[in-house]
Amino acid sequence: MNAKLSATFAVVFTGAVLLYAVSDFPDFGDPRSPANHGVSGGAPSASVYYIKNAYHDTSVPNLVTAILADYRGYDTLFETVVIFTAGMAIFAILRVLRRDDSGIPAAPDPAIDGDHHRIVVGVTCRIAVPLVQIFALYVVAHGHHSPGGGFQGGVMLGASFILIALSTSLRHALGRLSETSFIRLACLGILIYAGFAFLPLVVGRNFLDYGALRALFGTDGEEMARSHGIFVVEIGIALTVTSVMFAIFANLSSRGRLHGGL
Amino acid sequence: MIVPFDILILIFLVVAAVISLCVKDLLAATMVFGAYGFLICLLWATMGAVDVAFTEATVGAGVSTVLFVATILNTRRKSTD
Repeated sequence: MNAKLSATFAVVFTGAVLLYAVSDFPDFGDPRSPANHGVSGGAPSASVYYIKNAYHDTSVPNLVTAILADYRGYDTLFETVVIFTAGMAIFAILRVLRRDDSGIPAAPDPAIDGDHHRIVVGVTCRIAVPLVQIFALYVVAHGHHSPGGGFQGGVMLGASFILIALSTSLRHALGRLSETSFIRLACLGILIYAGFAFLPLVVGRNFLDYGALRALFGTDGEEMARSHGIFVVEIGIALTVTSVMFAIFANLSSRGRLHGGL
Repeated sequence: MIVPFDILILIFLVVAAVISLCVKDLLAATMVFGAYGFLICLLWATMGAVDVAFTEATVGAGVSTVLFVATILNTRRKSTD
């Protein structure tokens, strides 16, 4: 009880301090707030600059995608690295490499979980999975024009593999996307993003400056080159997120043995 | 933005948050937390932040609920505090 009282006191005190600090914040959506200041080129604030020039600079109609993958490419690169690190941390903590079957839930009882009982679930998921995967690819590829992009599409693609694992068995899902392949895909995604970010350095431009790759893409202006660059980067993000989502589920549901499981 | 709709969502948000904290059955708490994710996704959609709403619907409400359920089935279902 004493612990609960002191915990309540700590939470209330922290909440009160945070609420007190909120009164010093700039108004909601104020373009001249400190967070929006500090872009070169004479624009009054970063937000106004992005809103006015994002389409002109990158020919990407979706402002959010343009900012995430182009103007703030560093941020997104290391967000992807964070997701990759989370996947590797789960792997390091949970994965049991020696074969040890003690203490894990037994494989589903075939008498209860026989084919005749899960045929409805199995068939429904078999119909749903291709639709989910095609929509996920659409979300990745269409992030320029509509809400979406690498993170959302990658999570949906990973969820489709989780759906396979839930509706049939983890072994079946690992047959489609084995442990070796999802670890390789996670690394490949980071490599695509970071390697692509290094390419402009070859022609003497800045890191992540996709506009310099005009000749590689064969586009007329630097704007379209930046648009295509965003697309390549989104593919890298989607690969990493897909494999990390499935890796986390596979390790959590089978206690790191990657057999048996849910 | 429709203000009464906003207020309705906010009330449900607080209710869902309190329920998922108070309930002893962790599976029920996870389900209410999934509902919380979808409610906050609606709130962001009404504010015009469709990208964030999309991320919340896939990550917050979708995959993390599945991960919680997978963890609960491998540990214990009852909360001890």
